[in-house]
Amino acid sequence: MIEMSSVHHSALRHHGEETYPHECCGVLLGHAAEALNRVEAVVRAGNTRTDSAHNRYNIAPQELVRIQREARESGLDIVGFYHSHPDHPAQWSVTDLAEAHWMGCSYVITSVERGVAQQTNAFRLTGEGEDDKKFKDEEVRVVSAAAS
Amino acid sequence: MKIHIPTPLRPYADKQATVTVEASTVGQALEALTSTHPELKKHLYSDGGKLRAFVNVYLNDEDIRYLAAKEATPVKESDSLTIIPSIAGGRPSISPRGKRG
Repeated sequence: MIEMSSVHHSALRHHGEETYPHECCGVLLGHAAEALNRVEAVVRAGNTRTDSAHNRYNIAPQELVRIQREARESGLDIVGFYHSHPDHPAQWSVTDLAEAHWMGCSYVITSVERGVAQQTNAFRLTGEGEDDKKFKDEEVRVVSAAAS
Repeated sequence: MKIHIPTPLRPYADKQATVTVEASTVGQALEALTSTHPELKKHLYSDGGKLRAFVNVYLNDEDIRYLAAKEATPVKESDSLTIIPSIAGGRPSISPRGKRG
């Protein structure tokens, strides 16, 4: 399960609406556990795939290094990533799996149709490594901002 | 010097987020890391002994692939290495019509 406040849930969905018809991407910071990844912050990232932003995203490693450093200073970890699928279901693709390497992290995908966010789904990357990695459907628990 | 371990690799580094090693070069630091935590090696390196394409290693804010001396780059105690797997993806090129997630 991945848990986040309604504010964070709205933020990552709204990011996809802003970048439509291009894919948005970002990093989820918080606290990781086997059964529950809890999101404490949503950090927007730049999509370096300006050559094909309508169906590809990539976060520059240098930006990830900076985000991870700032997270560490705040006592947080990288617990997942989010991106959007313009005019496509919120389901992971072959490309999403091929490019996923953060085992144990949550990959959150939002379908954005004609500029409006639709479904937001999450998938936990499981496995020991590249040979047996797979995405498993993950429940998204959205809590009110006051309760989180 | 410190080596920052990303979340997915911490199970192979005794669950540590940061490992401290003694080293004079980038290469020595990585060697010290995998010597102390041998399970990390297969996750960082291919069978040919090269860093996996999706594994990025930064010396402070610089990708070691682009350092002039690469793994022979000298390091100080105050330097840090950060291991960062790549993050990328994207939807299929052809979208289904009328389908919602």
